[in-house]
Amino acid sequence: MCRLIAITSDTPQSPMKALEALDVMREGHDGSGVGLFLRDLGGPLEEMKDEPILSGIFTEAGIRRLDSYMINMGFLTKYKISIKIPKVPPAGVPKRDMYLIRAYEYPEEWEDLVEAEKQQRLVNIRLALQEMGREQQDMIVFSFWPDTIMIKEIGDPLTVGKYLELGNEKLNARIIMAQGRQNTNYAINLYACHPFFIQGFSTMTNGENTAFVPIREYLSSRGEPGYTGFYSDSEVFVHILHYTATHLGLGVEAYKHVITPLQDADLESHPNGEFLTHLKRTCRKLIIDGPNCVIGVLPDNTMFMTQDRKKLRPGVVGGTHGTWVFSSEVCGLDYVLPGRDKYTDFQPMHLDTAVVRPDRREVKICRQMQRLPRLH
Amino acid sequence: MQANAKITPSTLSVKDHPWRIAWSRDKCSLCGQCTAVCPVNAIELGVFRKRIVDVEIHAAAQPGNVNKVYHGIRQRTDAAYHCIGCGMCAMVCPNDAIMPYHNDEADKLRFHLSQGGQAERRGGRRNAPAGILDQIKFTRISMLTDPALDAGRHEFEMRTLLGRLLPPEENMKRVREHGWIPPVREIYPLIIGGMSFGALSPPMWEGLQMGVAYLNEEMGMPVCISTGEGGCPPRLLRSRFLRYVILQIASGYFGWDEIIHAIPEMKVDPCAIEIKYGQGAKPGDGGLLMWHKVNDLIAAIRGVPKGVSLPSPPTHQTKYSIEEAVAKMIQSMYMAWGFRVPVYPKISATSTSLAVLNNLTRNPYAAGLAIDGEDGGTGAAYNVSLDHMGHPIASALRDCYLNLVRLGQQNEIPLFAGGGIGKNGNLAANAAALIMLGASGVQVGKYVMQAAAGCLGSETRRCNICNIGLCPKGITSQDPRLYRRLDAEDVAQRVVDMYVSFDTELRKIVAPLGRSTSLPIGMSDALGIADKAAADRLQIQYVV
Repeated sequence: MCRLIAITSDTPQSPMKALEALDVMREGHDGSGVGLFLRDLGGPLEEMKDEPILSGIFTEAGIRRLDSYMINMGFLTKYKISIKIPKVPPAGVPKRDMYLIRAYEYPEEWEDLVEAEKQQRLVNIRLALQEMGREQQDMIVFSFWPDTIMIKEIGDPLTVGKYLELGNEKLNARIIMAQGRQNTNYAINLYACHPFFIQGFSTMTNGENTAFVPIREYLSSRGEPGYTGFYSDSEVFVHILHYTATHLGLGVEAYKHVITPLQDADLESHPNGEFLTHLKRTCRKLIIDGPNCVIGVLPDNTMFMTQDRKKLRPGVVGGTHGTWVFSSEVCGLDYVLPGRDKYTDFQPMHLDTAVVRPDRREVKICRQMQRLPRLH
Repeated sequence: MQANAKITPSTLSVKDHPWRIAWSRDKCSLCGQCTAVCPVNAIELGVFRKRIVDVEIHAAAQPGNVNKVYHGIRQRTDAAYHCIGCGMCAMVCPNDAIMPYHNDEADKLRFHLSQGGQAERRGGRRNAPAGILDQIKFTRISMLTDPALDAGRHEFEMRTLLGRLLPPEENMKRVREHGWIPPVREIYPLIIGGMSFGALSPPMWEGLQMGVAYLNEEMGMPVCISTGEGGCPPRLLRSRFLRYVILQIASGYFGWDEIIHAIPEMKVDPCAIEIKYGQGAKPGDGGLLMWHKVNDLIAAIRGVPKGVSLPSPPTHQTKYSIEEAVAKMIQSMYMAWGFRVPVYPKISATSTSLAVLNNLTRNPYAAGLAIDGEDGGTGAAYNVSLDHMGHPIASALRDCYLNLVRLGQQNEIPLFAGGGIGKNGNLAANAAALIMLGASGVQVGKYVMQAAAGCLGSETRRCNICNIGLCPKGITSQDPRLYRRLDAEDVAQRVVDMYVSFDTELRKIVAPLGRSTSLPIGMSDALGIADKAAADRLQIQYVV
């Protein structure tokens, strides 16, 4: 089992806070990896919300190849956050040449592009870079998207955080998702490390998706270049989220209806029963299975947590106006927000999706038996 | 044999027959029940002459011999009356004095069944007991990270869909615009496949229908049943139970006059329409109901004269090609029920199954594809078709599923697999294996006859005389003297037993795999097999 912590706060927080919370929950992860997703950035990158930021790990040769590739594409570096790393990495952490966080200016010819086209091109560039990296083993690219930083590394989360000096204020962010990994089913591969990301959507999961293979097969044929990789059975959660929002035009309330639909008896009495029956049938191949607690972020910075059909994994949401924490364990939440009113903590059950909108005023609980917002 | 009897090429001894009747003179009470019950008159009362050496204990008398006569059971050796091994003699014998046994080597009878130039015809399945389905294991057992589910206590969603599913985006669009959305039925993934009224006796058919109705209405299991090609009794057509029935139309169109005329009086729509193009047991050959079974009732329901054999043509004669047939017939059938009933074709598994499937993917109405493998059963077929024609279901189904995956339509055209599922009694395991190879559900026929009515047929040449109307259990007979042995209520009870236990076994398979929220269609990572070539072919794990 892995451990998850996600913070959404009006004031930018240090990623170290999340890593320290993971350390509190360390019984549940074995130090085989850590993943960080930062969004709604504070620090210097706050000034350049629209510029795409490339996050990844590069060798010396890889960075040269990256530069020539990006220059050819017409991208100019606008800002970079340097991560200074000691010569010798701590035990269990591989030696790398460079961790890159670099904001680019769009090429001039992109100016007139519609947003969708621009987004698609950003995805294609990320995929191309990942492919180049796989060929020469010289670059690992996590994300290339505005207002988004991702860092993943093998090792104990807190050790990695200190080693990379992630306490650097430049990395503070209003949305932080972090996962401490317990590597279970596959070889350690950074691309298999949560959170996963596609076009502004990100998810991380504590669990195991036993319906992975049929879902992967179905997603692979949706004609989305970004539905690829599949290094982890949890990666499909972010693709399904993306599919639900962008292909079906449905909100976060519908996500749970896609991944764990209601049974027929419940659908019969549901105010949106007919619509949901259609959704259940046509998206049958996207139904997940197994124990899973999913925490995710939408492009508008909405954060949510939802559970598998049987709620086989823990998960809790707590906080106050302006700051909410989603955690796989109560002790992680306690560490980040010790002073909160614990009686208002919420643990989503098998029908629930807990949602905190970008205004961070409240936790809204969407129950599957409730009426869906009016469809547009 | 008489001393002066002629030995012809087809003169056989008991040794030459596949089955040999062992009879005990000590136990036999000569009640005659065995000879009465034997469906093929393979045994008869025998009068045996026996010489006994008679030695007096007193030396005064000269030893001599006496000729005595005793009565017993004699196995006939004429090919026309060969023992079929059904074992009814053993079933009725009060003293367990009689039993058929397999002879110790391959019989010579098979060379002599062509008397009068008539090729052997029979019912049952391909005479080959083994099969790949029984070799497939479920290897992906959830252990530490992902605890196995509790088959007895957790909630399981084990239903499947029959009907054309639109891509989600298109479906959303049509919901918004109130466009036509193809009808879809949510059904139980174990379907009773097409066995016609005519092939089956009235109590068998009635029992199946009652069992299916009970499962739907009392057990909450949306089980459906195909009629096979033989029409449907008029009262069923006009009853609410029609919603559990898949009406099959095949190349003989038997019974369809009655069905079409009943449409205005139907209270509910049928579950679906199955257009039969082929059958696994005799691929490329049409249906066959031999004259023995065409009595008044069958003739009336089918709309044919009685006492004539009813061979359906191998193809739908009014159509030019299967592509055209599929397109036009699907369209016509949709139209007949106002586009409210799913219509799908059933074909025999073949190396050209993919061509049919590809055709269907471009037909926006095709509601699925049923594929029947070489181990499927039949009421009547030529032995050569049964034993030598056809394609195994596993690879045909897998190829079709993977083709749909490539096209991205694996949720849109459900595949239903049939043919030898549960052949060796492993119904749930075989069904689950096929589902994980990509089937949305499975069709069974023979298994239901065995489990629900005690069919004696086997793949080692036992019984298999469904074609001549002499079924000793009354399952496939139209003779009231035979079918009164079968009680429809008992059949219904056994159908329910069979389904309920299947459901438990299916959960016992999927629960350890960590699956419960949906039927694990295409979950090929769960499967393993200790045969490298089969593993490669089916794209599943090779495990030893």
